[in-house]
Amino acid sequence: MAFDPATDYPLGARRPDLVETPSGVPLEEVTLAAARAGTLTAADVRATPVTLRRQAAVARAAGRAQLADNLERAAELASVPDDELLEIYTALRPGRSSAAQLEERAARLDELDAAKTAAFVREAAAAYRERGLLAG
Amino acid sequence: MPGRSSDRFASRAEKELRRELLVSPVPELGLVAANGPNDPDPELVVEGGVVTRLDGRAAAEFDVIDRFLVAHGLDLGIAVEAMGRSDLAIARMLVDVDVPREELVRLARGLTPAKLARVVGLLDPVELMFALKKLRARRAPGNQAHVTNLKESPALLAADAAEASARGFAELETTVGVARYAPLNAIALLVGSQTGRPGVMTQCAVEERRNLELAIRGLVTYAETLSVYGTEPVFVDGDDTPWSKAFLGAAYASRGVKVRFTSGTGSEALMGYAQGMSMLYLEARCISVVRAAGAQGVQNGSISCVALVLSVPGGTRAILAENVIAAWLDLEVASGNDAISSHSAIRKTAKLMGQFLPGTDFVTSGYSVMPRRDNTFGGGNYDADDLDEWLTIQRDWQVDAGIEPVAEDEVTRVRDRAARAIQAVFDELGLPPVSDAEVEAATYGYDSDDMPDRDRAADVEAADRALERQVSGLDVALALDRRGFADIAEAIVDMQRQRVSADYLQTSAVIDPDGLVRSAVNDPNEYLGPGTGYRLEGARWELLQALPHVADARQLGAGDQGGAPVVAAVGQASRGDDPLEVVIAVGPAFADGIRETISGLGHRDVLAAIVDGVQDAGAAARIVRVRRSADVAFIAHDGARLSGSGIALGIQSKGTAVIHRADLQPLDNLELFGMSPLYTLDSYRAMGRNAAGYALGKRVGPVPTELDNFARAKLIVRTTLLHARETQAVVPGAAPVELALARSAVS
Repeated sequence: MAFDPATDYPLGARRPDLVETPSGVPLEEVTLAAARAGTLTAADVRATPVTLRRQAAVARAAGRAQLADNLERAAELASVPDDELLEIYTALRPGRSSAAQLEERAARLDELDAAKTAAFVREAAAAYRERGLLAG
Repeated sequence: MPGRSSDRFASRAEKELRRELLVSPVPELGLVAANGPNDPDPELVVEGGVVTRLDGRAAAEFDVIDRFLVAHGLDLGIAVEAMGRSDLAIARMLVDVDVPREELVRLARGLTPAKLARVVGLLDPVELMFALKKLRARRAPGNQAHVTNLKESPALLAADAAEASARGFAELETTVGVARYAPLNAIALLVGSQTGRPGVMTQCAVEERRNLELAIRGLVTYAETLSVYGTEPVFVDGDDTPWSKAFLGAAYASRGVKVRFTSGTGSEALMGYAQGMSMLYLEARCISVVRAAGAQGVQNGSISCVALVLSVPGGTRAILAENVIAAWLDLEVASGNDAISSHSAIRKTAKLMGQFLPGTDFVTSGYSVMPRRDNTFGGGNYDADDLDEWLTIQRDWQVDAGIEPVAEDEVTRVRDRAARAIQAVFDELGLPPVSDAEVEAATYGYDSDDMPDRDRAADVEAADRALERQVSGLDVALALDRRGFADIAEAIVDMQRQRVSADYLQTSAVIDPDGLVRSAVNDPNEYLGPGTGYRLEGARWELLQALPHVADARQLGAGDQGGAPVVAAVGQASRGDDPLEVVIAVGPAFADGIRETISGLGHRDVLAAIVDGVQDAGAAARIVRVRRSADVAFIAHDGARLSGSGIALGIQSKGTAVIHRADLQPLDNLELFGMSPLYTLDSYRAMGRNAAGYALGKRVGPVPTELDNFARAKLIVRTTLLHARETQAVVPGAAPVELALARSAVS
C-alpha cells in the first residue's frame, strides 16, 4: 500500500511496514531481543532519509510548509558525517566564512545530493553579503 | 506631623515583593512591554511577487532577520488577504469561538511581525487566555520538568527523573555544571525517566557538538537550546544568524532530535540592542524567525529575562501575548514559568495563571521537581516544595496543568528503583560505583546535601571514556537487561525505536506510555467553545482531584462516639423558679453523638468547666438539652426561657457558645463566643462565671476573646461536618430535656 501523508501518521503505529533502519532492519525488529542477539547496532538505530522525507510530507499535508522544508533539509543531512555537519554550522555563523567558502560548502552539499540545503547556504551567503556578515 | 513616615509603608517595604525593582518605561532602551515608540506600523508591499517593503523598511534596508522572513516566513499567497484585514477584525477572530484554529493559523502565514504584535496588543488578559486556549497546537496540555542537582549525583538525577515521569511530566530536561558530565547526566535521566514512565522524552542542555553526540548515541531525544533574537546586533552577538540556527535545527532533526527553539521578551533589552522597539514587537520577530526556520516549536514566555519584563508596566500581559503569537504561528509552546519571576509568591502565581488556566503544550519550560537550590538552570520558579500547591490549584480550578498526584509510597518506590537501576548501569558499564548509601539518600533524602560525596574527578574521567567508547542507549538497555531490569530495558529500546520512525519530529509531539506518539497531527486541539476540545473530566479529573493529602470527609465526620456516657436524660425540662440559676443549654448532639469540640476539648470537661465557673460566681447550674434546633442562638434562647434567672449559656457541640437572656430576641445576645477553635477550658469557665454574673445582676466585663482570622480557613470543613451531625440530631418540635452529669463524668 502506498504511503499517504494525510492518514499514515504516526508511521510507527500506522505504517510500521514502511519504516526501517539505515541497514534495512524493519521497525518491528528494533527490539530488546534483537539487541541481545547482537543483530542491532546503536549506529543503525536512527531515521533514514526516506523516513525523514515521509515526515516532511506529513508536515506538508498538515499545512506546515516551513517544518516540511526543515525536515527535507534534515533528510538531506542524514547522510552527512557528524563532523561535517558541525563544520557547516560553524561556517554559517556570522563572520566565519567568505562568500567563496560558503559557495564551497554549497557545492559539497550538492555533491552529497543535498540540493535544498545547498540552496539554503547560498541564500545565506547572499544575505550575509548585504549585511556585512561575511568573513574579512 | 510632617516628615513622619508611615509604619504601614515601612511594613510593606519589608515584603518579599519589594526585593525586586519596578521601573518606569525607557522606550529608547527597549524597556517597554508593548507599543514602543519605534515599533513600525504593519506593512507589506509585494511587487511582482517580490517583497519590497516590510514593517517600515524598504528592501535595501532589510536586516538579516527581515531577509530570512521574506525568504521563508511569509506565504505571499495569503499575505495580501491577511494584511488587508483590520487589526481589530483579526483580533476579534482570535476570540470568536466560531472561528476555528485552522483558519487563524492560515491567516497567520501571511502576517508580518508588526501586524502580529499589533493584533494581540488589542486583546486584554482574559481575551489573550481565551485565544491561547484556542490556539494551542496539541489537544491536551502538558508539562516539562527540570532535573538537576548541585553534586551531579547520578542516583539523585535518576530518582528525580523517575519521580517526574511518574508525576506525568512529558519531557525532562537536565544540564551540567561541568560540561564533561554530560553523558553521565544524560544516562541517569534516560534510565530514571523510563523507570518512572515509559515514553517520557529527555534532553541534556549542553553545547551543540556534545548535544548532537548524545543524540546520535540515543541518550537524549530532544533539544531546546537554539536561541533566536529580535534584532540583528543581538542575533550576531549571540554568534548566530537565522540561517545558522535554522541549519542547526535541521542538523538535529537529521539525527532524530525533536527541536524547540528558545526566545523570549526582554533579551534584546538585556543585551543592549533593542533599537528602541518594544519587547512584544521584537518577540513577534523572534517567533516569526522560529516558524520560518521550520522548528516545530518554541520555548517562549520571556524565559530567563522574565524578571526584567515584569519590571515594566504590562510585562505579565506582554509575556502572555508572546505565548499567543507562538501558538498562533502553529508552534508547540513551552511557556516559560521556569526562571524565578518574582520574590512574591502572590505575584508570580498571578503571572502563572495566564498559562496555567488556558493550558499550553508545556505549562512550564521546566518545573523543578527537586528543591530549587539544586536547580542548576537558575530556575525553580516552582519546585518540589510547591508541588502540593500546584496540585491543589489544579484541583481548585478543575484544570489540567500537567502534573499528577502520586502517593508517597509510590514515589519512594520509583525513586528507589531508578536509583538501583542507575547503580546497576554504572556497574555494568564500568563507571564509578554508585553506593547503597547513595541509593538510599536519593530515595528518601531532601536534596543533594543529603547525598554522599562522590569522587568527581573519577566521574568526569569516566564520562570522557563513556563518550570515547560511544556508550549508547542500546548499551544502557542491555546493561539493565543483564541486571534484571528488563522492563526499563524494554522502555529504553522503545525510545530507540521512536528515533527510527521519527514521528516525534512533528509539532507538539509527546509519547504515551504505550509508545503512541501524540502530536498536533494526530491529536490536534479542535477547541470550539463549551462542549469541545480538551476538558478535564472523567478518569483524569478523578485522578487530579485525589491528592494524597485529601481527607475522607466521611471519616472526619464520624467522630468518637464510644466511651462512657457523659450525661443522662432525666425527663422533660421545665421552667425553673430559682432566680439564682443559670441554664446550660447544649445542642442536640452534645456529649452524645459528638463528644468533643472542634478544638478537641472533651464535652465532659467543657461541661464541668462551665458548671465550675457558674458555681464559682455564686449561681446554680442546671443542664438542659435543646433538641428542636442546632442553631446556637435558639439553643441559648430556649435555655434562657427555661432559666429561673432568665439567663442561659447555650453551647453547640463544636464549642460555639452564647450567653442569652429570655427577654431578648433570639438572634440578639449578651455575649457571643464564636471562635470555638481558640477556647480552652479556662475560657469555658470564664463564660460560666460571666453567665452567673448576669444572673446575679452584677457588673460583668465581657470574657476576653482572641481573634484568629485563619481559624475559618483552617477549620471550616470540620465545622461543617460537625454541624452537619448536630443538625442530623435535631428532632423538630421536640421539647427540651433535663440532663444530669453521668456519675462517671463527675470527677
